[in-house]
Amino acid sequence: MATTLSPVAVDEPKLGGRGPTIAPPPCDGGWGGGRPDEHRDRLRRYRIGMFFALTAVVMLFVSFTSAYIVRQGVGTWSDASARYVTDWQPISLPPILWINTVILLLSSFTLAMAQRTLSRKLKAAPRGGTLTMPEPMLIVDGQRSIPWLGITVILGAGFLVGQLLAWEQLRHLGIFVSTNPSSSFFYVLTGAHGLHLLGGVLALGYAGLTSLLRKPLATRFLVVDVTALYWHFMDFLWIYIFALLHFAR
Amino acid sequence: MSEQHAHAAPTGFIRKYVFSLDHKVIGLQYYFLALVAVFVGMFLSLFMRIHLVWPEANLPWFGHIKPEQYLTLLTMHGTIMVFFVLTTAPQSGFGNYFLPIQIGAPDMAFPTLNMLSFWTTFVSFMVMLAAFFVEGGAPLAGWTNYVTLSAIPSAGPGLGLGEDLWIISIAIFCVASLMGALNFITTTLDLRARGMSLFRMPLTCWAWFVTAMLGLLAFGVLLAGGILLLLDRNVGTSFFVPGGLNVSGNLSFPPGGLNPGGHPITHTGGSPLLWQHLFWFFGHPEVYIAILPGMGVASQLLSTFSRKPIFGYKAMVYAILSIGMLGFLVWGHHMFMSGMSPYSAFAFSVMTMAIGVPSAIKTFNWLGTLWGGRIRFATPMLFAIGFVSLFVSGGLSGPFLAQPVLDIPLHDTAFVVAHFHLIMGVAAIFGIFAGTYYWFPKMFGRMMNETLGKIHFFITLAGTYAVFMPMHYLGMAGQPRRYSQFTELQYLQHLIPLNQFISIAAFITIAGQFVFVFNLFWSMKKGKKAEINPWEATTLEWTVPSPPPHDNFGGVTPVVNHGPYEYSVPGAAKDYIMQTDPATVTAH
Repeated sequence: MATTLSPVAVDEPKLGGRGPTIAPPPCDGGWGGGRPDEHRDRLRRYRIGMFFALTAVVMLFVSFTSAYIVRQGVGTWSDASARYVTDWQPISLPPILWINTVILLLSSFTLAMAQRTLSRKLKAAPRGGTLTMPEPMLIVDGQRSIPWLGITVILGAGFLVGQLLAWEQLRHLGIFVSTNPSSSFFYVLTGAHGLHLLGGVLALGYAGLTSLLRKPLATRFLVVDVTALYWHFMDFLWIYIFALLHFAR
Repeated sequence: MSEQHAHAAPTGFIRKYVFSLDHKVIGLQYYFLALVAVFVGMFLSLFMRIHLVWPEANLPWFGHIKPEQYLTLLTMHGTIMVFFVLTTAPQSGFGNYFLPIQIGAPDMAFPTLNMLSFWTTFVSFMVMLAAFFVEGGAPLAGWTNYVTLSAIPSAGPGLGLGEDLWIISIAIFCVASLMGALNFITTTLDLRARGMSLFRMPLTCWAWFVTAMLGLLAFGVLLAGGILLLLDRNVGTSFFVPGGLNVSGNLSFPPGGLNPGGHPITHTGGSPLLWQHLFWFFGHPEVYIAILPGMGVASQLLSTFSRKPIFGYKAMVYAILSIGMLGFLVWGHHMFMSGMSPYSAFAFSVMTMAIGVPSAIKTFNWLGTLWGGRIRFATPMLFAIGFVSLFVSGGLSGPFLAQPVLDIPLHDTAFVVAHFHLIMGVAAIFGIFAGTYYWFPKMFGRMMNETLGKIHFFITLAGTYAVFMPMHYLGMAGQPRRYSQFTELQYLQHLIPLNQFISIAAFITIAGQFVFVFNLFWSMKKGKKAEINPWEATTLEWTVPSPPPHDNFGGVTPVVNHGPYEYSVPGAAKDYIMQTDPATVTAH
């Protein structure tokens, strides 16, 4: 004789529970092809991942910032003057940084344009499997659009070169990494930011090459989308660093 | 990256076992890396214990241990144990293997990143071991690497290339851990099966999730500190190094001097305390990174083997979350000795004691789970109970040390050694053992030997208590920690017999670990065949074959209808309801 017991833990799923309609992530790192649904899931997953990756980057630069502020305020006892003196001597920032800032801001704009173009292409692509085709087989509107992605990569590289030029100018003035704590922090902050941006340039370069590598359009869209999050953040981070170096001298 | 065969299992040896994208293989890789590391770390501690009580002893293939070599042993023991064992096995090892299965996912969110983070960890471990073999040997600046020693290459042996390798290894480890952390977080947030709401996750998953959050926020800070320290050492910056230091007879700038390499020492005005702040802002959360996964495993096992729901599931979750959060606000309690303002010390002290609240909630809930249960004393359960015991024993000295007025006399004594070994060292190791005995049948399809398991448990429990309990007394009697040779100090003579007792207890405990290793490898081949669900547990990993197939659930996504700890539900046919059982359970 069977008795049905309903009160046994039937509370409805609250958060989560997207369930079997969602395809499981492919075991190849998510770069492979699949149904259009899968594209949406992967996009969400990569955006979450990028958000938390940026959290880690924030912590790195928060640490540098707190070190900056602490180090600026540290005094050394001087017998001669019988008081604590600071060895911090502000450096004058190379003016080229302003140009670099404009270049970086421009690159964020061109990247946003690249995203728009790509997402139009993606929307125009017929549903049901076409997304997974290698890109060259996909003819959307027949007209060539402005290569925003390429322009962004060039602007990003331009920014990096500009930063190197700024270093070069300081070197000419005899200001090296170990010259003064202020210069040490200048090189550390710009260097760490530059390395991070280099990662972004490489990722966009990869996105640009996806059609040559015969990857699906969706992959290019995905890479550009999450790199754009990263890129805009690097943009913001640079403005923050520049402001810190400028105002907290 | 194979595009076309996303779900097919790899066939070649390299793709299957070496550069595998399968979270289960990666989990085992982490586990075995930690196993190698724990043996290295354990032998270092063996040499330390020998040196402490028989400083003149000549060891086979090591010879006579010099005082500075003792500091090297101490440094490398701490570093290897904290980073490559306690951070690696419970989180990256078990977490990698079981987080996706327990939440009903076919793999981690980013398998390639997962593989990358393991191999980065591997490189980091190799770089760390390389420090033993370079000129000058491994560093001696302690696992905390305070810059008074670590920033200046001429401050002691092992502080040349060995120290650089230490910093580089830890920096690589930070990057690896960050990759792992964001993978864990994304997996938990995004890949849960239908019905697996956050509050239906097993407490193991909660622990791994919060641990990943801690790792994500903490490792970047250590990385920043490491970068600045490398620059101080090699480029001549002065982030941490003050001026006017007398290093091996050479005064640093001003008025200038040369280090043994012939380079001028030109440091001015740096702040050694800055390193301590950066280090401990990472270091304290790191303690919870080591222990939280053990708490998850203990919760899981106590419920399963008591055949009772976990007492206060939501309270457990909130306790984990608040321990994680408070963990970021208490780093200053490691620095009471640094001459900080009494007001800061007071704030850090109050925050630290506040952690006692969620910790006590967890402890009472564990006891509440055991209370009135039909307890099955299998080996995993013994280790879970041992975990609770050690957590309480080690935890009770926490509120002592949290008070600056008590910490200042006790800080540099063996009392602190007793405290942190019990609560984050041995307790976390018991969590690893509990997990190993519990999940072994799932990972290898065979049972571990129960008799050997019990022998291992009782040797280890009695042994670790015999080693660490007396250290509280040693500390209060004034025995300093980190000193190499106190047998020559008059005022410590009466403590030598107790020290000898500790060393002998340590030898026996270490010998007992070979029982475990034998059991581990013997059972892989000869153990009794395991059923799918030998412990009659409820969570998702016990619904799949042992070992689970490549994509865990054979292409089917499970649907979850129940919470994780539905044991002894009144009216149900069995004394446990699997998470995937139908929502309404029919009793016969």
